[in-house]
Amino acid sequence: MVIRTEALTKDFTTGFAARRPSRALDALTIDVRPGEIFGLLGPNGAGKTTTLKLLLQLLFPTSGTAEILGRPAGDVDARRRLGYLPEHPYFYEYLTAEELLDYFGRLFGIEPAARRRRASALLDDVGIGAERRLPLRKLSKGLLQRVGLAQAMLNEPELLILDEPMSGLDPIGRRDVRNLIARLHGEGRTILFSSHILTDAEALCSRVAILAKGRLAAAGPLRELLSEQVRGWEILVRGLDDAGRAALSARGLPAALLPGGLSQILLPASSRPEPVIADLAASGASLVSASPQVETLEDVFLRRIAAAGETAPGDLA
Amino acid sequence: MRLGTVHQVAVHVFKESVRDRVLYSAVLFAGLLMAASFLIGQLSAGQDLKIIKDLGLAAISLFGVFIAIFIGIGLVSKEVDKRSIYALLAKPVTRQELIAGKFAGLALTLAVNIAIMSAVFFVVLTYHHWTAVDAVRRGWEAPAVDPRLLVAVFLIYLQLLIVTALALFFSTFTSPLLAAAFTLGVWVAGHFSADLKAFDEIVEAPAASALGRILYYVLPDFSAFDVKSAVVHGQHVAAGLVGLNVLYAAAVIGVLLIAAALIFSRRDFK
Repeated sequence: MVIRTEALTKDFTTGFAARRPSRALDALTIDVRPGEIFGLLGPNGAGKTTTLKLLLQLLFPTSGTAEILGRPAGDVDARRRLGYLPEHPYFYEYLTAEELLDYFGRLFGIEPAARRRRASALLDDVGIGAERRLPLRKLSKGLLQRVGLAQAMLNEPELLILDEPMSGLDPIGRRDVRNLIARLHGEGRTILFSSHILTDAEALCSRVAILAKGRLAAAGPLRELLSEQVRGWEILVRGLDDAGRAALSARGLPAALLPGGLSQILLPASSRPEPVIADLAASGASLVSASPQVETLEDVFLRRIAAAGETAPGDLA
Repeated sequence: MRLGTVHQVAVHVFKESVRDRVLYSAVLFAGLLMAASFLIGQLSAGQDLKIIKDLGLAAISLFGVFIAIFIGIGLVSKEVDKRSIYALLAKPVTRQELIAGKFAGLALTLAVNIAIMSAVFFVVLTYHHWTAVDAVRRGWEAPAVDPRLLVAVFLIYLQLLIVTALALFFSTFTSPLLAAAFTLGVWVAGHFSADLKAFDEIVEAPAASALGRILYYVLPDFSAFDVKSAVVHGQHVAAGLVGLNVLYAAAVIGVLLIAAALIFSRRDFK
């Protein structure tokens, strides 16, 4: 395993006079396998960032263990082999992107020529052009995110830990980062990323873990979490007249009017769409589309989060 | 602990200080010293050299303490507050190496700053030597350009290293404001170390007397480093005293940095 956590738990104390423990992560057990893209999903405050910080020993666990690249969390040798992008990355504002990568390259002990070459190529990769020579305080949030990605890849890591990598990026930036993650995965690197943007996770991840209020709400391969069973059908037609609409209503299938002269008919999974399509064609409506409705990651996410909400630990006091 | 990593962190701290215009304080020092020297030269004949030496050494000390405290407390707290520490500690750098590198970087910054201020100081003293008439020169207790002044500057530097270690130590577990207040408090109290030792002679309460004695042993004794008046009056500073001060400073700094590293190595970064 590249990453393994066993009953990983973290409590924080809140309050000044009367200090109360609050559980941010509750007995999390997950593993990340070599070469996979693993998504750590959950709403804000679910414990995603806490988990990543525990893996990097930016936080110390209250109980439980975490291993990373076969070493205990925080091991310096393991850190040589991983790259980390913090959430909302912030770097030394008086350095340029080139200088930041040079400083971090020195900490990895990369030779000067290789350092310069690698920094330049990485900044090209993440789309940092002439801005690489500007002080980092002058860069936008999106550009800082790109610099953060570049520094995470500086040591050609086996494992990338990315905390909300799409955060702060515009649609083009998000597409670029998605492509970059896919390319890094293609190179055989393992990627663990946290996100609350489910479409990104759906597009990239082979396995996911869903956290809710510090607890593991669901985990496993995406294809297992997403039921492939058809939950119903959506039929879109154009030119449905009142008679056709009344006929559908009589069968218990109301048609909803959509913009652009379209009508939407939703069929339960127990009905076959073919007879309805035939009737619609006979009434003069023209078929636009007929699609099976399958469960999305968002459906799974919302269902699991709702279920976990009833049993989450919350404050311990 | 890997010295290469400590070196890289130290160079980074130095670069940050230079870009933060910390060395501009030396330029301010130069301007103030030259202006003061000109005024003093106008006002008091005969004693002007001693006053300039006193003023120069005191200013080097004060400017140095200002840098040591205000840059020192920011070394760690700024990294934490601005969250730049997250990416840094994901690199192969231990927290102990980070503390050592931060200290070494500020020690380097202070050394460069003091070197510039001392150079300006000696330029001003050389000017006084050239412009003074022979009769005035003969009245001086010590030559204007006196190498013994460098001993005083060196001991000021040792004090500043202790102040830096104090600032770093306090900033590992408290807020920047409190860290600055604690460091400044210890620096001031450390200059009255001898008075703390003799506290029982002026107070009757045994508890106060015991507290004075405890503080005497716990607080760094900065008065031991103060040879300014001796040097200004042309007195010799024994090599043994300098050597003992070096050993004392090394011991105090060592204890403070180890304590800082221990506290910092268990700290959560939320």
